[in-house]
Amino acid sequence: MSRIACFILVLVALIGMPRLAAADPLDDLVQKLGADDFDTKIEAVNGLAALPDGRVLHVLNELSSGALYTTSDHHVVVGEESGDGYTTSDPVDGHALGKAASDDLDKIRLNNRLRGAIDSAKGGLLLFSDQRDDRLAAAADALAHPDPSRIAALVKAAVNEKDSGVRAAMERAIAAARLTSGDKAEQLAAITALSGSSDRTVLGLLSDRRAATDLDPTVKQALDQAISSISRRLQLIGIAATIFEGLSLGSILLLAAIGLAITFGVMGVINMAHGEMIMLGAYTTYVTQQVFTAFLPPGWLDAYLVVAVPAGFIVAGGVGILLERSVIRFLYGRPLETLLATWGVSLILQQLVRTIFGSPNKAVANPSWMTGGIQLLGGGTLTWNRIVILIFCFVVLGVLAFVLRRTSFGLHMRAVTQNRDMAAAMGIPTARVDALTFGLGSGIAGMAGVALSQIGNVSPNLGTIYIVDSFLVVVFGGVGSLLGTLAGAMTLGIVNKILEPVVGAVLGKVVVLLCIILFIQKRPRGLFALKGRAVEH
Amino acid sequence: MGATALFDRRGWLWFLGIGLVLVVGVPLLNALPVTSPLHIPNYLVPLFGKYSCYALLALSLDLVWGYAGILSLGHGAFFALGGYAMGMYLMRQIGARGVYANAQLPDFMVFLNWKELPWYWYGFDHFALAAAMVLLVPGLLAFIFGWFAFRSRVTGVYLSIITQALTYALLLVFFRNDTGFGGNNGLTDFKEILGFDIQSAGTRRGLYIASIVALGLGFLLCRAIVSSKLGRVLLALRDAESRVRFLGYSVAYTKLFVFTVSACIAGIAGALYVPQVGIINPSEFSPANSIEIAIWVAVGGRGTLIGAVIGAVAVNLMKTWLTGSLPELWLFALGGLFVVMTLLFPKGVIGMMAQWRARRRPPPAAVVPEPTS
Repeated sequence: MSRIACFILVLVALIGMPRLAAADPLDDLVQKLGADDFDTKIEAVNGLAALPDGRVLHVLNELSSGALYTTSDHHVVVGEESGDGYTTSDPVDGHALGKAASDDLDKIRLNNRLRGAIDSAKGGLLLFSDQRDDRLAAAADALAHPDPSRIAALVKAAVNEKDSGVRAAMERAIAAARLTSGDKAEQLAAITALSGSSDRTVLGLLSDRRAATDLDPTVKQALDQAISSISRRLQLIGIAATIFEGLSLGSILLLAAIGLAITFGVMGVINMAHGEMIMLGAYTTYVTQQVFTAFLPPGWLDAYLVVAVPAGFIVAGGVGILLERSVIRFLYGRPLETLLATWGVSLILQQLVRTIFGSPNKAVANPSWMTGGIQLLGGGTLTWNRIVILIFCFVVLGVLAFVLRRTSFGLHMRAVTQNRDMAAAMGIPTARVDALTFGLGSGIAGMAGVALSQIGNVSPNLGTIYIVDSFLVVVFGGVGSLLGTLAGAMTLGIVNKILEPVVGAVLGKVVVLLCIILFIQKRPRGLFALKGRAVEH
Repeated sequence: MGATALFDRRGWLWFLGIGLVLVVGVPLLNALPVTSPLHIPNYLVPLFGKYSCYALLALSLDLVWGYAGILSLGHGAFFALGGYAMGMYLMRQIGARGVYANAQLPDFMVFLNWKELPWYWYGFDHFALAAAMVLLVPGLLAFIFGWFAFRSRVTGVYLSIITQALTYALLLVFFRNDTGFGGNNGLTDFKEILGFDIQSAGTRRGLYIASIVALGLGFLLCRAIVSSKLGRVLLALRDAESRVRFLGYSVAYTKLFVFTVSACIAGIAGALYVPQVGIINPSEFSPANSIEIAIWVAVGGRGTLIGAVIGAVAVNLMKTWLTGSLPELWLFALGGLFVVMTLLFPKGVIGMMAQWRARRRPPPAAVVPEPTS
């Protein structure tokens, strides 16, 4: 067996000879990879990196994955294990070179220096890739590890680059490399070029450079200016990001609290089971998702939210109407009793869900159009699910405001809450309006649950997380005012996010709680207090 | 209208009789040999002690809710603060017998790599200071909180919600490791109290007797408050706050007084509770715990002191039984209790009994006017 293999190998070598004689620079360099000392190999890799040839990347990949071998007569081949021997092929054009025994092949060894050379060579080659993302990544890599030896390749790539975003990234990388290597004029130009960036890496590079001791005074001054202008810009971006995070948290609080603004704010019912309405909405989402995966083709799964939103509204709203008819209507005018009874209902609902679905968290997957996000300058990400929830909460608020102000149901609702007896005398069915109003508030809580299932796990005590916050939002904003609820939720969200980096997440929450307790002392009726007769009841 | 007597003669007989049975009878039966049919097993003694702590806690809530109309959903916080004060004393008593054998620092501080005792732990190796803190910390918190809340006339549901926010905030604070109260795990692994082994049957009997005595004294104190002239003002402001204010009484300070006293009683209950269950952790601060106290009072009948005691014991007996045999059902039962009591029996067990008696014996015997929310 081994003898046959040897024979084949010799044959292959003989066929290969004339090709070598053609002395293609690529072939030459590839053969040099088989050298014994690492210096030669690194030289070969660097040489390969300078070749404008698409096949180089393939060779380097084979080299770094350890698939290159030298044969006993010092030829470099790609070897692939098959049976007890290897099938070999040419590293450059990939044509088969037959089989070889494992004794006859020597793996080309790598060390860390060589690996580094390969990586930076590959990075340089990616600059010429036809994928935009590859080029961008290569430019970012060159920026993070500035290396004067790569300037030539970068300049070449930047000249050929069509995409302006990628070109800008490449130019930054060139400037970063010149920061340490160029003469004074070049350094100053590089600093000016970099000062327009809003990248933390650039800030780091400039600061590192600033720490050097042998700086020219003009360069030093330019560096200081660039650093301060970048940090100022980063600070602004940071503030914007914090505000977005605050708005995002605010939108979640708002969704959780809008339903309560109806049941508590408008009807005056303390519904401690409000959180459980949210939880029911979240579980409805989970069930909808399970039904979609079980019964519909996989392509439809992305649309499950379209069904889950109305389903969540109907389930939670239905439970709400049931709750109003069976418990709450007997307790109107006795808020403390309502509080206790609905707390009991919340315990029952929690345990019911725990019995049906089990205690462990259920994961609800985002539809594919809600995954991912928008990359921000300065390193942050706006995730799609948070953006969608932000929009969703304003849609819900808008629809609700419309229902309250422009529909006859809304008119009846406001009439009943302002003066029940008068409304009844005018022929409004007050009992039915009560039930529907409570159902509306609960249904909105259900939709909030659908939204919340998109940013976290679904568990039986999901509601208890939001109940205290929701009440605080409504009380803080001013009972009975949708605008107040909006302002309350957004203020709390932003204040929370501003405090978080300063005092930590938990203490931040505590500070907010204490502030609200103090605030209620000063303005017991919230930010947007109702005025006039409506205050009386 | 002046103050009425604490009890009539029959009332004193009942009070002292029941007290004697509980203080002397139970420990005596427990001390009997195990073979005796009347022997009360060892595990029951701290359980009864625990119930009497709960009863004392319910009493403190009844004082503010049943009589002054303040539904505090944060009474668990005062209970837990009292418990933590006691727990800190018990932690210091462990000394060098902890896992890390460090006489200077409690185990959890060694574990967290703390170098020295935080200032607020100073002096807790003395029982007297710990006992003072059991009263002072909840009392002071209630005083400051009430000072702000009652003077700015926060009432009703708003007050309930901010008391709930208060206990929730404390829950978050005590959950943190760097607050210095043992974080999530709380304080536990106690060895001795006042030099007695905390596990021994004798100490448990002692703690049980102390709990019963505290319950009795708490009952007398509450009774003294509600049957005094102040008690009349309390009832009046519960039912018509503005009217009382117009009559010239200081509603805010009356409420503040009774709220602070109630918080101190809750603190004592917590302090007696901790050595008997052997642990105090932040979950005692959870809003759910505080609201559960309200249902004890509601079941027994708010606005009657004995109702709070009966309610606390009855609900907790049921809890012990159900969580042991049918844990799935406990939350259904508790939730159902909340709904049924508020809908059908708003006056609780005592109210039902009074109604039933009134039907059998025509002349009305209502001592305490019925509460309205």
